[in-house]
Amino acid sequence: MNLGYYPGCSLHGSSDDYQQSLKACFSALGVSLKELDDWICCGATAAHSLNHKLSIALPARNLGLAAQQGCNELLAPCSMCSLQLKKAQKAIAGDPALAAEMSRIVEAKPDGARVLNLVEAFERVGLETIKTAVKTPLADFKVACYYGCLLTRPPKVAEFDDCEQPESMDKVVEALGAKAVAWNYKTECCGAGMTMASEETVLELSHKILADAAAHGAQSIAVACPMCHVNLDMKQAAIEARYGTKYGMTIYYLCDLVGLALGLTPQALGINRHFAGRKA
Amino acid sequence: MSRIGVFVCWCGENIARTVDVDRVVEEVAKLPGVRCAQNYKYMCSDPGQSMIREKIVSEKLDGVVVASCSPHMHLKTFRKAAQTAGLNPYLLEMANIREHCSWVHPDREQATVKAIELIRMAVAKVKNNHALEPIKVPVTRRALIVGGGVAGIQAALDIADAGYEVVMVEREPSIGGKMAGLSETFPTLDCSQCILTPRMVDVGQHPRIKLYTYSEVESVEGFVGNFEITIRQKARYVDITKCTGCGECSKACPLKKNKSEFDFGMGTRPAIYMPFPQAVPARPVIDKTVCAMLTRGKCGVCAKKCAAGAINYKDEDRLVKEKVGAVVLATGFKLYSIGKQDGKVTGYGEYGYGKYKDVIDSLQFERLVSASGPTNGEIKRPSDGKTPKNVVFISCVGSRDNAKGLPYCSKICCMYTAKHTMLYKHKVHDGQAHVFYMDIRSAGKGYDEFVRRAIEQDGAKYYRGRVSKITEQDGKLIVRGADTLAGTPITVEADLVVLAAAMRPADGVTELAQKLNVGYDQFGFLMESHPKLRPVETNTAGVYICGAAQAPKDIPESVAQASAAASKVQITLAASELTREPEIAHINETTCAACFRCYQACPYHAIEKAEVRNRKGELVKRTARVNVGLCMGCGTCVSVCPSKSADIEGFTEQETYAMIESLI
Amino acid sequence: MNAKMQSDSISLLESLAQTKLADCYQCGKCTAGCPRSAHMDKTPNQLIRMVQLGDVDAALKTDAIWQCVSCETCTARCPKNVDCAAIIDALRQVSYERGMTSKQQAAVVLFQKAFLASVRRNGRVNEIEMIAQYKIEGFAAMRRLGFLFDGAMLAPQLQMHRKLHILGEKVRDRDLVRRIFARCMDGKA
Repeated sequence: MNLGYYPGCSLHGSSDDYQQSLKACFSALGVSLKELDDWICCGATAAHSLNHKLSIALPARNLGLAAQQGCNELLAPCSMCSLQLKKAQKAIAGDPALAAEMSRIVEAKPDGARVLNLVEAFERVGLETIKTAVKTPLADFKVACYYGCLLTRPPKVAEFDDCEQPESMDKVVEALGAKAVAWNYKTECCGAGMTMASEETVLELSHKILADAAAHGAQSIAVACPMCHVNLDMKQAAIEARYGTKYGMTIYYLCDLVGLALGLTPQALGINRHFAGRKA
Repeated sequence: MSRIGVFVCWCGENIARTVDVDRVVEEVAKLPGVRCAQNYKYMCSDPGQSMIREKIVSEKLDGVVVASCSPHMHLKTFRKAAQTAGLNPYLLEMANIREHCSWVHPDREQATVKAIELIRMAVAKVKNNHALEPIKVPVTRRALIVGGGVAGIQAALDIADAGYEVVMVEREPSIGGKMAGLSETFPTLDCSQCILTPRMVDVGQHPRIKLYTYSEVESVEGFVGNFEITIRQKARYVDITKCTGCGECSKACPLKKNKSEFDFGMGTRPAIYMPFPQAVPARPVIDKTVCAMLTRGKCGVCAKKCAAGAINYKDEDRLVKEKVGAVVLATGFKLYSIGKQDGKVTGYGEYGYGKYKDVIDSLQFERLVSASGPTNGEIKRPSDGKTPKNVVFISCVGSRDNAKGLPYCSKICCMYTAKHTMLYKHKVHDGQAHVFYMDIRSAGKGYDEFVRRAIEQDGAKYYRGRVSKITEQDGKLIVRGADTLAGTPITVEADLVVLAAAMRPADGVTELAQKLNVGYDQFGFLMESHPKLRPVETNTAGVYICGAAQAPKDIPESVAQASAAASKVQITLAASELTREPEIAHINETTCAACFRCYQACPYHAIEKAEVRNRKGELVKRTARVNVGLCMGCGTCVSVCPSKSADIEGFTEQETYAMIESLI
Repeated sequence: MNAKMQSDSISLLESLAQTKLADCYQCGKCTAGCPRSAHMDKTPNQLIRMVQLGDVDAALKTDAIWQCVSCETCTARCPKNVDCAAIIDALRQVSYERGMTSKQQAAVVLFQKAFLASVRRNGRVNEIEMIAQYKIEGFAAMRRLGFLFDGAMLAPQLQMHRKLHILGEKVRDRDLVRRIFARCMDGKA
């Protein structure tokens, strides 16, 4: 199976452990990821905060590249990227004048490639296929599936799972033999891009997530977004210091868990490059 | 030669200011067939009508044209005047020189000319009019009430007390509806069952009310005054004539833990059960989906215990026919289901209904408060049975919501929420009620004072804002809402959350409405004839509606509408014959080719396929025939008939063409 | 701001956000679900109310619009399908364009600005370059020495996990990226 691959800036930057894990995992599943050639930043929070046209143009450029490069399905493992791409797609599809303007601005015609977030990509591979490929079931794993904000919201754009009580990631985790715990903070915000500019925000919000996961018996949290990973993993020590609680919670990218179940080593998946919890 | 009288009204200034009424009279007097023409200031007044009557007699008029206002105003008035003077009322026509002339044209010359032309057309029509007689339809002087809630009960008692026989069909094993399950009612805090059950008993014992419970309307034939209803009596597996209501069967039944419908799932009942102690009829029914004997052929304990031998496992549904002259639909409501998908309407996953045991809806709370409820009136958390010290009530769940719910306001929730806070406080003295609301709708008699009492005397805390999310933590429900008046988010740790869910019409009402040709809106609420002036009538003659089936409303309004519907029924049943206006369709059976396009097109199903037979009984031809009881005179058949066999009396093609030709 | 400018601003916000402000009946569900509303100077429903009443300037100057984390909870739960998150975005966009951004929230504004500047130059974010610009401009605006060194300890930790990429990446067709930015932000054709 082939999937187009849009890494986004984080996966080539300080969250390239996510890319390492992703590539190892999908390779083991027999899925080849073809990186979009000369892709550009999707604009993330900065674009939609400062300039409306730009927030559509930057994703539109990438959709145009996808069309030019014959890519029908595009995996965007960062949930911000996947949402921005979907948002631009919807805005353009509903407004022919906007579509024309965007084609002119980005010098390409953004077409209808299907944008997939990480969970959708695993669903595309097929849960049954994944189940069959499991070599080392994650029998003692108690995982809190953390969806964050942008996998399921806003529901009319993301068109994925239920934004109040999602179950899609839980089903993937259960297919690996692990237990997906029931907990309250599946879709509460971690603080998003405020890590540098408003650290307090991230500490407060991510602390609540860690606390609730722990209170419900989770030993680890699964995420499908590099920003969520940074806030829960890289900032975990700062949270522990601020709130005086030790969590030692391992934050896995969902593809880490799939990879481990397929028999890959933590090193191969880049788990040893995480900050908090189990490195091996 | 015709002898037509033309009467031109000034309507005070309304016509005379714009139309030169003297000139009009002068001109129309010259029209061929016009015997006399005159004008008067107020033709509809007593002297005006006298004038018409005198001229009919003195000039031996055989047709009258009154040029004045719209026929919607005074056609009946003038036709009655003509009839009194001995002229067939359908030989009187009106020319509308007010709404169609003086009120819409400012130019005096043009308006006067137009008035003359309008009268010319009316005169041409009247020359072609036929005398018509009102149509008489026999009436079965009995009524059917569908639905045994408070509205149905009220309507049934009113009609039966007026002397007519009533057939009541109720889908549940007992009548009483939602009101039988309530604890106390606003604004008096009367015990709901105490005020309702005497009425229920009256219905059960009334000599003129025939009660079919655990039954549904299967099909409807006929028309106003002449309905034939087929009723399906569902198998109870208990012979209610033999049963004494002793209750031994329920005590003996081994399958005790089935979710009780009457308690909305808050309590349990056995497989053979009486829905509640005051049920009418006070007889049990067997739930065939769980009964061991009926599903697996095992057990039979209830039959063994029954001293009256009333249990009958071989019982079957029965179809019964009843003839009635009028029908009242009082099918009531159900609550919007909060946590589930429901067609287009989706649930509220953020409130955790169905996930957290201590998040319940308003009817479930009523059962907890009710003295005859599953907790004997003690307010207990469903999860652990403890007394809740902080209860959050959330208004507008599913109402006033364009995104996920229903866009309308459910009217009763503000009032019953205030009531709930008071009942809670009266039982849990150290408890605190919290209400999240958007607005307070308390527009009835004593209603606003009632809500203020909840806040000012019983200490309920009201926060103006919606709730965004409910989560459960350490046995408590964390409710995240807001108060927009203070401009702040508000979080309450609750022991129990009660959701005031929207009111929706009962299940199955749209299928029932289709059987009776009654319209309903996109939410399933039955359609009234006119929202202001005809709230309990429908566009189908002889079928009336009342109560929550028509729109969300409270008990006093339901009762008032029920009496209103009953009075309409009594008008229909008052005489042994119904009189209908004769301006309906008529089919010329000689020229009819029996293509039956009219039969397909008629929106009132008023065309019948008839046969014409000779004296030997041999078939001569088939023909379409109008059912004079059902036809509403819409004219659709006329427009589709290829042989011009269909025509409308009083608006025939000949009359219409005469009007047009008079202008050419 | 006179009446015409007010109504123009409201139309502009509605057109940027593609949503109707008159639909909002101030139920407060957005505020109730917002993870930051307790810290905001004006809550989400208040921001919308201010614009409904024509007080656009005051809304543009709030801290609240920069405290928003764009979690989209308000939009997802609004019973009237008002896209509240998009309104906040629109307020940010207009506030930035008109130079009316909150001083208290300068760090957030400058972060976004530095992010876009890096993308404009390279086609993708160069984290080191972005942080450098953010720190320098932030220090100039806030005059707090500590600001320069906040989070500095993260650098060696990142290096330890091989997450510190000094050089960053550049897209091949950077001229196109600059043209896109010029067309969107500078009003060029």
